[in-house]
Amino acid sequence: MSFREEHELHKRRFGRNLGLGLVLAGFVALVFGLTVAKVTDDDFVVVPAQQQEGY
Amino acid sequence: MSDASIDTPASAQAGDAGFGDFFALLKPRVMTLVVFTALAGLVAAPGAIHPVVGFAAILFIAVGGGASGALNMWWDADIDGIMKRTRRRPVPAGRIGPDEAFGFGMALAGFSVVMLGLATNLLAAGLLAFTIFFYVVIYSMWLKRSTPQNIVIGGAAGAFPPMIGWAAVTGGVAMESVLMFALIFMWTPPHFWALALFMRGDYDSAGVPMLTVTHGRRATRIHILVYTVLLALLAVGAAFTQIGGPVYLAVALVFNALFLRDAVAIWRRDEAMAEADNYRVEKRAFRLSLWYLFAHFTAILAGAALSGLGIGGLGIGVWS
Repeated sequence: MSFREEHELHKRRFGRNLGLGLVLAGFVALVFGLTVAKVTDDDFVVVPAQQQEGY
Repeated sequence: MSDASIDTPASAQAGDAGFGDFFALLKPRVMTLVVFTALAGLVAAPGAIHPVVGFAAILFIAVGGGASGALNMWWDADIDGIMKRTRRRPVPAGRIGPDEAFGFGMALAGFSVVMLGLATNLLAAGLLAFTIFFYVVIYSMWLKRSTPQNIVIGGAAGAFPPMIGWAAVTGGVAMESVLMFALIFMWTPPHFWALALFMRGDYDSAGVPMLTVTHGRRATRIHILVYTVLLALLAVGAAFTQIGGPVYLAVALVFNALFLRDAVAIWRRDEAMAEADNYRVEKRAFRLSLWYLFAHFTAILAGAALSGLGIGGLGIGVWS
């Protein structure tokens, strides 16, 4: 039994899914980079727990 | 979806677009202009920004610009299908359905504004949201089909990116960022009117009230000259502000002289002369206008880089 040659339609869908996957992976990397940049920034301050209770 | 679709015709149909079709919805060529001018605004702004945050800001501004493009293609699919220049776009060509384009554009618009706000500040996000609104609602839906001033007022949408880049760093608006806005705003009309002069018939058949259609080609030639003179005054004047400097002044003098030469040549020609040489001067002015904007914003970037190296560049201080 042999598989039929992949249809052009499926190639196009695969390309779209692959592209979307790469975009999402890039977005994850970007959010990670942004998080590192923000928390290592001099202005980044963690509010002490005692102050948080005052809210 | 069941695998029964394996035997469906391979011709393009809505819902089966490739990745490239969705990328084309973002108007990548316009996006390069957005990226470049936003980068200039971001680099020329006083103050520091973390490189990752700066990269993210440019990316989200570009995505916001792309979202505007997708929504514009959704709205204009009917006239895009008529004009030669635009009939191969994904929506009029049938590769992406109008609803898909609308959903894609809206999702990216919301995503880009929220992410820019989280990465930088609310002013930058607000300016991006306003830019998308302006391009889609004010320009595409309202002005484009109702007034020959569509290009003039609509040009504002393309002029916002450097202001957004500046706001991402400073959190504010300054005279310099408004000047960069004004530079693109004043450049847009002569750029598009030069295109409209040699893209004969395209706008006419689509019923878009371009100045060439409503007021005639003679009036368009006069308008190109007037706007180019005003643009030259503004562009050279900007050399003596914080975004200017010797590099910028040299570039501005050269490119404004060239652009003015072409604008005068366009003004002095009539249709018979233009048709005789297949709109050679109009086409040359259009190509030059692309280099014009690129050169001015490159000069702003170069000035900022030189200033950062401490060897002069941006700023009034250079001149005093």
